[in-house]
Amino acid sequence: MTNPISDLERAGCILVIGSNTTVGHPIIALRIKKAVRQHGAKLIVANPKYIDLCEEADVWLQNRSGTDVALLNGIAWVILNEGLWDQAYVDERTEGFAEWRAAVEKYTPDVVQDITGVEPDTLRAAARLYARPPFGNSAIAYTLGITLHRTGTDNVFAVANLAMLTGNIGVEGGGVNPLRGHNNVQGACDMGCLPNVFTGYQPVANAEARAKFEAAWGAPLPEAPGLTESEIMAAVHEGRIRAMYIMGENPAVSDADANHVRQALENLDFLVVQDIFLSETAQMADVVLPGASFAEKDGTFTSTERRVQRVRQAIPPVGSSRADWQIVAEVASRTLEKLGRPVAGFAFSHPSEIMAEIATLTPSYGGISFERLESGGLHWPCPDAGHPGTPRLHIGRFTRGRGRFTPVRHIPPAEMPDAEYPLFLNTGRLLYHFHTGTLTRRVKGLTQIAPEARVEINPRDAERLEIAQGETVHVASRRGQVFVKAELTDRTPPGSVFMSFHFAEVLTNALTSPALDPVAKAPELKVCAVRVEKVEKEIANASSR
Amino acid sequence: MPTITVDGQGVEARPGQTVLQAALAANIYIPNLCYAEDLAPYGACRLCIVEIDGMRGLPAACSTIATEGMVVRTETPALMQARRMTMELLLSDHPDNCLVCRKNQRCELQRMAAYLGISERRLPRLERPTAFDESNPFFDRDLEKCILCGRCVRACDEVTQVNAIDYIYRGFATKIGAFLDQPLADSRCVSCGECLASCPTGALVEKSYYGLPDREVLTVCTYCGSGCSLYLQMRGDKIVGVRGDPANDASEGHLCVKGRFGYDFANHPDRLTAPLIRKNGALEPASWDEALDLVASKLAEHKGAFAGLASAKCTNEENYLLQKFTRAVMETNNIDHCARR
Ligand code: SF4
Ligand code: SF4
Ligand code: SF4
Ligand code: FES
Repeated sequence: MTNPISDLERAGCILVIGSNTTVGHPIIALRIKKAVRQHGAKLIVANPKYIDLCEEADVWLQNRSGTDVALLNGIAWVILNEGLWDQAYVDERTEGFAEWRAAVEKYTPDVVQDITGVEPDTLRAAARLYARPPFGNSAIAYTLGITLHRTGTDNVFAVANLAMLTGNIGVEGGGVNPLRGHNNVQGACDMGCLPNVFTGYQPVANAEARAKFEAAWGAPLPEAPGLTESEIMAAVHEGRIRAMYIMGENPAVSDADANHVRQALENLDFLVVQDIFLSETAQMADVVLPGASFAEKDGTFTSTERRVQRVRQAIPPVGSSRADWQIVAEVASRTLEKLGRPVAGFAFSHPSEIMAEIATLTPSYGGISFERLESGGLHWPCPDAGHPGTPRLHIGRFTRGRGRFTPVRHIPPAEMPDAEYPLFLNTGRLLYHFHTGTLTRRVKGLTQIAPEARVEINPRDAERLEIAQGETVHVASRRGQVFVKAELTDRTPPGSVFMSFHFAEVLTNALTSPALDPVAKAPELKVCAVRVEKVEKEIANASSR
Repeated sequence: MPTITVDGQGVEARPGQTVLQAALAANIYIPNLCYAEDLAPYGACRLCIVEIDGMRGLPAACSTIATEGMVVRTETPALMQARRMTMELLLSDHPDNCLVCRKNQRCELQRMAAYLGISERRLPRLERPTAFDESNPFFDRDLEKCILCGRCVRACDEVTQVNAIDYIYRGFATKIGAFLDQPLADSRCVSCGECLASCPTGALVEKSYYGLPDREVLTVCTYCGSGCSLYLQMRGDKIVGVRGDPANDASEGHLCVKGRFGYDFANHPDRLTAPLIRKNGALEPASWDEALDLVASKLAEHKGAFAGLASAKCTNEENYLLQKFTRAVMETNNIDHCARR
């Protein structure tokens, strides 16, 4: 997030796109609702599905799945054509405007309606609210509904373009605010758990950065960026990767085209999984190392607002399990020994010592230490010990100098509904579960409220398909199939169905598309084409096929 | 900043602050029950009454804005007598089985009765129809213990903004309930537990109650990226409760259903407690030494054909170490995690 969570309450208008916030980020949703109800902020929701926040919204843009670029370009078109943009800001702080403007010209409200299904008047209303909030600035909040598309990177550019056009970056109550899904997905990125960067996004291809890390770690480091997760799975299939170490992840359930991923994992010579439960992925491992839950270790998490916070040990690791940092350090030391190399660089007696090393190598974490975190979290960048942290980014100027407008165009999802697979499948989360359910499905109360997987389907589609409430149906895509109970609801628009991926026994990701965003390499988990049928019908069809 | 005098002491109030807030901030205690820091004042319990020069009657401190020059007295014999009367009325239809109540020693009503020196029942005991609602999986409602302070209703309205519950019926029959008095489980309730956290009495209590915690540990929620900080309430090695951290300006002390109630997994019998090694096709328990040694020798063999997946659930320090290991030991940049999901 460019802005802190608390800033949402200072916004005059909030555009929530690709986020079912009350479900994915309940506490952030409270701030959004409070802004609307108690401070009179305007709310625009862009989502194909009728989500809880629609109840509070001034404008609901029900655009078709996979049409966010067109929608956002359309909003920009209206703002440009009605002269609602912030010319002074654009002149002073940005670049690439003319070229971008030319690209947006095509996205007239009529064209946008054709692509997205959103009425021109609704589009105009949203544009006016966003560009001219009743007070203060306008914020945008988004999540995986924006990024998990073939055009995920373009979607993010489209969001940023709109915010720059209206002078909403680097201001209180404004900003471009991706809401990160996991407790520490931000931190994992910050820590360089990405194939192309070290900690703090220092590129591995940059010789200076590499030299710094080589000196600190006392080892030569590879220059070529590595593979992303989906590329790794492909490389396993091709035999280029023979061993994997998976810490606290469950790709056998969470990844797109999960059956393909399972085959890959089976192909490995050696798979180590470190987890607190015997997840579906751990069941495939050669060695399983028992890690510790968040309550059993010290450390830090970095939240979606770039706030580094202390995680504190409350209980010892259960049984003979160990804190994950201890396990990794031990594996590293022993592997060095086997390789006949000097055993160094992994002897830590407490996570605070690891953070001290991180701080010396990572400019944005330079001022962060366990000692300082005792008195509360710190927002990075926090370059030195006297720095108070940076809740708002890009104040006065962009971190990179000038903000760059990036022209983006509408590209339809890789897989569109057709005669054989006539429905869109949208995937996401439920309030009562988390990710692949390894944790929440072991919480009795949560499973009581949400005991099993459902496919949400609009009653109109259900009627046509003769599907009744609660009936088990067959859902198939080009990649896989599942049997799941139907839930008839108006919240899901006709032509689309929705499933969560919390229930491993109903492997939603057996259906999803492995199509990748060419830049971020994120899979298009949010849209693919499926067929939903009564079970009898599927059996009849199968026997005649 | 208006300055007021409370019991002879000068107190600075922030503009718009109530007399109660200003006094509490200056460490001058005024009894109160229906007031909660994060909720709008309501003026229902009448325990916070004070005397203010120039004002008639006994105004409620929680709903009187502090204005320049106000002279306030918080503990006169008249006030104490009126408060005791109010408390006796509140207790007249309240069961007195504190010893076996799940709120015992955490109950504000109990504390307030003690503060006011209540030592006997002088009013005839009124029986309220008991109204249990045990439909929610995390907490129970026992309206016999409800004092109608409205904190739960305000929490559900002002904090959660779900408005699942409200006052229903009228007069003596007034109670707290969901729309059409349906069970909470069938209402709009999202089980966030904000009402539970705000309830001063035993009317709303956790289902799984183990007794008072012996300590609290401040940490961060393990679920989504909002970063709500919370106190784990511990008893030995068991997490027996969770409390939001009001000092966190992102979450302001609030939590969602997962953050507040989602911790059974930590002590779950399915937890892995020893390393496992695949032998003849099956995963079998092994010693750490054996497992680590096997991992190290196998990984050493596969240097160059290796990839690591880090975890969005693990700490920064752990993720840092895994990428350091991947790059510096395994000599590859094949390190990623589920940022893309
Ligand atoms: S649990 Fe939350 S939603 Fe349910 S009644 Fe209480 S405050 Fe309202
Ligand atoms: S249930 Fe608790 S919080 Fe709600 S009105 Fe009754 S006593 Fe007050
Ligand atoms: S309490 Fe809920 S909103 Fe807060 S971090 Fe945890 S899961 Fe997210
Ligand atoms: S606290 Fe003031 S009336 Fe209850």
